[in-house]
Amino acid sequence: MTFDHILIRLGEITVKGRNRNRFETEMLKQVQHALRGFPGLTFIRTYGRLYIALGNEPYEPVADRLKDVFGISSFSPVKRVEPELQAIREGALAVMRSFPQRKATFKVKVSRRWKGFPHDTMAMNHLVGAHILRNMPNITVDVRQPDIELHVEIQEQHAYIYCEVVPGAGGFPYGSNGKAVALLSGGIDSPVAIWMAMRKGLEVEAIHFHSYPFTSKEAQDKVVTLAKRLSYYAGKPFKLHLVPFTDIQTSLAQSKQDHLIITLMRRSMLRIAQRIAEKSGALAIVTGDSLGQVASQTLGSMNVIGRTTDLPLLRPLVAMDKLEIIAMAKRIGTYETSILPYEDCCTLFVPKSPSTNPNLRVVERIENGVPNLVGMIAQAVEGTETIELRPDDPAPADRAGEDDWF
Amino acid sequence: MLYFDHSASSPPREEVIRTVSEVMAKIYANPSSLHQGGAEARRLLERAREQAGRLFGTSASEWRFTSGGTESNNLAVFGAARRYRNRGRHLIVSSVEHPSVAEPFRALEREGFRVTVLPVNATGHVDPADVEAALTDETILVSVMHVNNEVGAVQPIEAIGRLLKNRPRTLLHVDGVQSVGKLPVLLREWGVDLFAVSAHKFGGPRGAGWLYVREGVELEPLIFGGGQEDGLRSGTENVPAIVGAAKALRMAIESQPERAERLSRLRRRLVRGVVSMPGVVLSGPEEDDPLRPMAPHIVHFCCPGLKPEVIVHSLEELGVLVSTKSACSSKDDKPSAVLTAMGRDAACAASGIRISMGDEHDEASIDALLERLETVLRKLMPLRRKEDLH
Repeated sequence: MTFDHILIRLGEITVKGRNRNRFETEMLKQVQHALRGFPGLTFIRTYGRLYIALGNEPYEPVADRLKDVFGISSFSPVKRVEPELQAIREGALAVMRSFPQRKATFKVKVSRRWKGFPHDTMAMNHLVGAHILRNMPNITVDVRQPDIELHVEIQEQHAYIYCEVVPGAGGFPYGSNGKAVALLSGGIDSPVAIWMAMRKGLEVEAIHFHSYPFTSKEAQDKVVTLAKRLSYYAGKPFKLHLVPFTDIQTSLAQSKQDHLIITLMRRSMLRIAQRIAEKSGALAIVTGDSLGQVASQTLGSMNVIGRTTDLPLLRPLVAMDKLEIIAMAKRIGTYETSILPYEDCCTLFVPKSPSTNPNLRVVERIENGVPNLVGMIAQAVEGTETIELRPDDPAPADRAGEDDWF
Repeated sequence: MLYFDHSASSPPREEVIRTVSEVMAKIYANPSSLHQGGAEARRLLERAREQAGRLFGTSASEWRFTSGGTESNNLAVFGAARRYRNRGRHLIVSSVEHPSVAEPFRALEREGFRVTVLPVNATGHVDPADVEAALTDETILVSVMHVNNEVGAVQPIEAIGRLLKNRPRTLLHVDGVQSVGKLPVLLREWGVDLFAVSAHKFGGPRGAGWLYVREGVELEPLIFGGGQEDGLRSGTENVPAIVGAAKALRMAIESQPERAERLSRLRRRLVRGVVSMPGVVLSGPEEDDPLRPMAPHIVHFCCPGLKPEVIVHSLEELGVLVSTKSACSSKDDKPSAVLTAMGRDAACAASGIRISMGDEHDEASIDALLERLETVLRKLMPLRRKEDLH
């Protein structure tokens, strides 16, 4: 094995001035937690960076897991050697030889962080490069567009050699920027919106509205599966609030304002979300709105719907195209579940021509005419069932029948 | 009674019988029904599918439930050939396939496909070089079984898969009916596109099987109707059998390494005993040979000059059950196509005996089998038809 360590570069955390230490500590904790399945690893924290000694663990699965940890801007498999010329030259050659042996160009990029090192950067570039050219006849130098960029980083204790920089998930460590609640419908968008909020360091609790018998048990299973997937990124139990919405939905439907029904439903949902946010100490509501995608996501609708809450409404997808959202859903592993054909409570009452520009005063008047709407909202909050999901929980289908049958 | 016919059908496991009967009693709703009962049945099917996906290191959505090996093989061969006939009209199949593969290929030949039949060597093994030589730009399907059902030869699926790696237009179908639970099966690593499994060969119920259809591969269905199994296999799903099969599959695969080791040991003992008997021709190498691997649970031999059914019935009188040829074709007394393909003469090819072992066997049962086989052969040897001997 050529590479014995992984160098982790922390992302936006480094801009955080005085909070930096707190972020770094949190980051280390989360990386350790994400990699707890690899007992052979050792974690080393230095200024702005994190090193993992692989020990006897294989690189690939560790790297696969690291790619999904928020707060990491990039990482590299590295070879660690003593900070002296001969060791660095041999290490550099070993790293270069780990590539398939064919014609390639390279350049050496030395970063001399330890100013006490006897050779200066220019000299080192030459000393390392010449050693490789002597030993690898297929390799030539190209300083402008090399196939391989060989990095040598010299610190006082060790030197690190690497060529590959793997992009990380970016963002902040999960939960390091506070807490929000998020609406989770079961469609393609909302899991992506939640993932993006989580990546920004928000701890998220998801809220799902169900309208049994208008929605099926499968629709709920689907949301549980999505939340379970999101819990993988959280690295800790992920809360899902299941809100009974049948009474509100049927009452709103009885107001006979078909073209406004979605607006009315979304407003009630936000009111409930705000109450749940207050209960759990969340300071924002995340939604999967993407401007203009459907009638309830026009600017006019967003205005009328958004006015029901005082909390900031975060809409990570607002400026994204549907195709970008789909690509993202595939990347984070929620797409396959999202496209399962079970209807959620929003798709069920969709009128033929929903209003794209609802009038706030009309909407408020209709709401005033719905008997006991305030009471029903309180009741829905009261009747909310909260479950906690972990990535290794059995899938809803895996709880079918009796375990002993399988 | 010593039952040595596991390759024909295996005794169902106690646990599987319990599962099937409990599910049959409790989950009777149609999985396509919308109500709670239907949803429950549907979830059971999905859990069974997840289980198959997990056990083979594949994704659940790549597995289709069928009525068993024959249907899985038919669906794979007809389904792939008809779906991709516009890519080419050339098919490749080994000469030692089970009839549920060989016959569909004959039917496709009548439909106008060109079929290359691969030869095998004296131990029943396909040479990957012959596959390579047979491949053309027109080839859309290669079908080679994992373990031969008659003589137990293990085919070089991994090597054949390597040949097809850079030929995305040529699908690889593998009949895995005899190998699951006996040998490791690495569908993804080997590049298998279609893989047939039958539950009753490893302690599951009859009437239940799977077809693995690699993601991205499309098939033309054989049975049309309500569109179950993603439209590939209409008909109300046999929920109790499917759940029971999933359980049998788990038990078979989880204990595969130990089983293979144990049965290999018993097989060596059995082979040693069989080759020491007069007038017997073993089908396969006498010593373990990594170049000509044999499945751990099957031993096959010929007794030229004797009618195999006489041996079967004589052993049966002594409480031992074995097979001639494969169970499906054992009633006619034509020479076996597999043995003929292996280069055996008519006398040998018409006198094959297959012994197939299972978990209930141990050294003592092998010794008992050998002792009775010797008794039977000693009695029958003088009655051999002279013109069949060399």
